[in-house]
Amino acid sequence: MDDLLERVRQGDRRAVARAITQIERSKDRAREIVIKLYPETGMAHIVGITGAPGTGKSTLVNEIARELRRRDLLVGIIAVDPSSPFTGGALLGDRIRMQDLAGDSGIFIRSMASRGSLGGLAGATSSAAKVLDAAGFDVILIETVGAGQAEVTIANTAHTTVVVDAPGMGDEIQSIKAGILEIADILVVNKADRQGAANTVKALRMMLHMGQQKRQSRSGVRPATNLATGTANNRSDDQADWAVRVFETVAPDARGVAEVVNAILAHRQYLKQSDQWLEREKDRSREEIQQILQAHLDLQLERNVSNTEREHLVTAVADREIDPYTAAARLFTQIFPDR
Amino acid sequence: MEERKIRVLLAKPGLDGHDRGAKVIARGLRDAGMEVIYTGLRQTPEMVVEAALQEDVDAIGLSILSGAHKALVPRIMELMRDQAMTDIPVFLGGIVPNDDVAEMKEAGVTAIFGPGTSMDKIVEAIRAATSHREASSSG
Repeated sequence: MDDLLERVRQGDRRAVARAITQIERSKDRAREIVIKLYPETGMAHIVGITGAPGTGKSTLVNEIARELRRRDLLVGIIAVDPSSPFTGGALLGDRIRMQDLAGDSGIFIRSMASRGSLGGLAGATSSAAKVLDAAGFDVILIETVGAGQAEVTIANTAHTTVVVDAPGMGDEIQSIKAGILEIADILVVNKADRQGAANTVKALRMMLHMGQQKRQSRSGVRPATNLATGTANNRSDDQADWAVRVFETVAPDARGVAEVVNAILAHRQYLKQSDQWLEREKDRSREEIQQILQAHLDLQLERNVSNTEREHLVTAVADREIDPYTAAARLFTQIFPDR
Repeated sequence: MEERKIRVLLAKPGLDGHDRGAKVIARGLRDAGMEVIYTGLRQTPEMVVEAALQEDVDAIGLSILSGAHKALVPRIMELMRDQAMTDIPVFLGGIVPNDDVAEMKEAGVTAIFGPGTSMDKIVEAIRAATSHREASSSG
């Protein structure tokens, strides 16, 4: 184990691959690996790429990675695709659009199945990013599953979140809705050569404009110095100084991609120069602790309350003998029986 | 607490553009509960082996319809030896003349699936060939 992690630190690709597999396979191994590698992490710039299915995320990731390589940065990519809820299997096809990156030892691509995790990422994504971080990759691109309006976990996993839209995705109404667009640090309208692109860009800019007005009026009430007390959700307050911009790209031709990469790197600089890098790290840590705690509670429940007992309570609730709150309270007292 | 999923790399090395068969297999393996990494068309042997290494797969499936298996397969095996990846079973699907079967097995191919092979048989073969990897917890 220690030997494996030493090879990870030296950037050995096989070791990186093997460590990620172990994280995916075993929670105990994941814990051990994260504990041991954690001191060597924190250097990489983690960039999330999210957006609806069909907006061209994979092709864009491919081009962004190529542009980052031109600037001599080492790039790790984690591409998440959904697992089938019925068979548990998965078809991971993001590499099809990333063939240009083959043969470059400055790039490491890992496909990951979501394995039942909600929120657009897999349970192992964040730990896998730490392995790539410790192995010395400068930028880690995380491509989420095709996301809708609720898959916003990426915003608490990445330093910089790029939301990808495309013409004809029903943007007129969708862009006004809360959720995925609001987590964007950078907005990209991909497939900008398609009909309707100008309308999509216009709709997004209008949404940004409305959002900025809201932000300005709020900052009048809450002075900027108070922002550090915020929770993970008030992202719009946090980045009052970062102007979210809309970029147009045609990914297969790499058109507009250099500008997106400029914005990604500028966002990193903005975070570093303000206190926002630390704020994002705190968001990330908060999310991670929460997840670990949740998993820990689930495990304790599994260990201390038998399946039969749990099912008994489930039936009692279904039969209206007791209510769900009472059932949960009973389980809660049994999670830590020795207290 | 252990979650064992069989990860399979499915690749189409060489120049033929017919990936319908590969897609059917990908779907079938997914439905059997495996995680299938599909790399798409026109892969060089180097691309196949590098992808298998990064993805740390339990098995590799090659779909070759072009007749170039006699050149491609030995080259892939050679690259895998260089990377000490010979514990990963390699399956070959597509058009392989009977005369070449012995040579392919000699080169290290675990099994060859010609046209008409049932999905069940392929799933079974992959499960059987990867069971030793399933059992070993570390590596």
